[in-house]
Amino acid sequence: MIEQHYNFAFLDERTKKRIRRALLKAVAVPGYQVPFGSREMPFAYGWGTGGVQITASIIGQSDVLKVIDQGADDTTNAVNIRRFFERTTGVATTEATRDATLIQTRHRIPEVPLNSSQILVYQVPMPEPLARLEPRRRETIKMHALTEYGLMHVRLYEDIAQLGAISRAYDYPVMVNERYLMSPSPIPKFDNPKMHMNPALQLFGAGREKRLYAVPPYTAVRSLDFEDHPFEIQRWQHACALCGATESYLDEMIVDDQGSRLFVCSDSNYCEERRQFGNVGGQQVVRQEAA
Amino acid sequence: MKPGVLLSARGAGKAYAQQGQPRWACRDVSFDLYPGEVLAVVGESGSGKTTLLRLLAARLGCDEGSVHYDLRADLASGPGNLVDLALMSQAQLRRLARTDWGFVEQHARDGLRMNVSGGANVGERLMALGARNYGLLRREALSWMARVELDTGRIDDLPGSYSGGMQQRLQIARNLVTQPRLVFMDEPTTGLDVSVQARLLDLLRELVDELQLAAVVVTHDLAVARLLAQRMLVMKDGCVVEEGLTDRVLDDPQHPYTQLLVSSVLTP
Repeated sequence: MIEQHYNFAFLDERTKKRIRRALLKAVAVPGYQVPFGSREMPFAYGWGTGGVQITASIIGQSDVLKVIDQGADDTTNAVNIRRFFERTTGVATTEATRDATLIQTRHRIPEVPLNSSQILVYQVPMPEPLARLEPRRRETIKMHALTEYGLMHVRLYEDIAQLGAISRAYDYPVMVNERYLMSPSPIPKFDNPKMHMNPALQLFGAGREKRLYAVPPYTAVRSLDFEDHPFEIQRWQHACALCGATESYLDEMIVDDQGSRLFVCSDSNYCEERRQFGNVGGQQVVRQEAA
Repeated sequence: MKPGVLLSARGAGKAYAQQGQPRWACRDVSFDLYPGEVLAVVGESGSGKTTLLRLLAARLGCDEGSVHYDLRADLASGPGNLVDLALMSQAQLRRLARTDWGFVEQHARDGLRMNVSGGANVGERLMALGARNYGLLRREALSWMARVELDTGRIDDLPGSYSGGMQQRLQIARNLVTQPRLVFMDEPTTGLDVSVQARLLDLLRELVDELQLAAVVVTHDLAVARLLAQRMLVMKDGCVVEEGLTDRVLDDPQHPYTQLLVSSVLTP
């Protein structure tokens, strides 16, 4: 059912054109935050208004859209945004990563490798990686301009000094093309290596902060670290309870009052695909270890 | 121009607008500072001492005259020349300020990052210059904390939990970690009690001697000038009224204002 009273993809053509122009700049300068005229959307801030505006400006009649939230296609945010685009554009939607040409995501990169004809759009709450370290916006702009990123390492140093390891597990800062420090949006650091030299175009939109940025295809993305404390991704001792995957990002779910836990793939489409191919997990909960 | 000058002010001045009229906070200041030399700037509150210091450290731009600095070979475009700070790019100035210069603020809180530990404070400049080895940074932080006589066991504590004197020491360590040649100090001992002041001055004197630091020390405390500085400038109403060797100025003041200043010191 298409809402006839709205323009294609909700936004008017001039707004979409302006966002596309900002996107061109973002692609030309990988990792640089481009200001754009963010519009009020029929969502609350924090529900992906930046990502939705980018998707709305680049979506075409022939696109196939996939929307994920925390890896899953069937969570509230994903369902709402998918329905929004179904109603305002009428384009085909899918849950299969392989079939999609345009993927809007919150907090995950799909497990299935992307290809060069796909675009991944991230919803970003806080685009400025230095925001928590340097409160002055003018100063952070200057620091980006002069590539002064020592402060980010001060933060990482502090983590190691206080906690023994770099504790940041999501929104782990990256250097794009060895030039701009970038916040990868709150994806788990597990997904950071997937951004490196990815054939797909990656676009990032922050609606409230009115910034967008991009990682063009085949761009170097390096996670910051120390020589003697190298970057590491999360590992689990368990396999997915449903499909038995050992290489994917697992969600930990508490299933009873005794603290028993079930580990399942966070990427629901990946998990389902594996099960269709006959992979079966242990289906067992992990009992809480005796203290 | 004599050879070997490190920092040179030539008629430097700064004006602020007051009801549309320029009011000179400091005016026509000229001096040369040589490597390893400590210059004290003394005068009463409002005499333009801090403004002068900020001009010298390129935190403010000169409204008249200029300030020149002898760049290290790795920063200079040509062979070791005095360069007008006003002609340097912001990137160069910021680099200069965190490698070859130090700035010790009057309030340690302004010069420290209060939300990260003492060790991170010491390591910040090194990390800004590209140090990426945690073990090395840690060793450097420990050795500098020991050098400024801070308890190395407090390396992972926040500066907010340090005493005033310790914060000031930490600030000094944080500035000296890149082996600067010139340090600016804005009333480094103000707000500390007398015994802590004495120990800090002792430490500063040692460090200046050991590292062959040049320093410009702004103070209203004549004792600090006497202890640290070889030469001093006396400022009043934005102008330098007297300059010379510290002992000469303090023992045989020529200008009436300097005479007043010297005679108003309480001797217990």
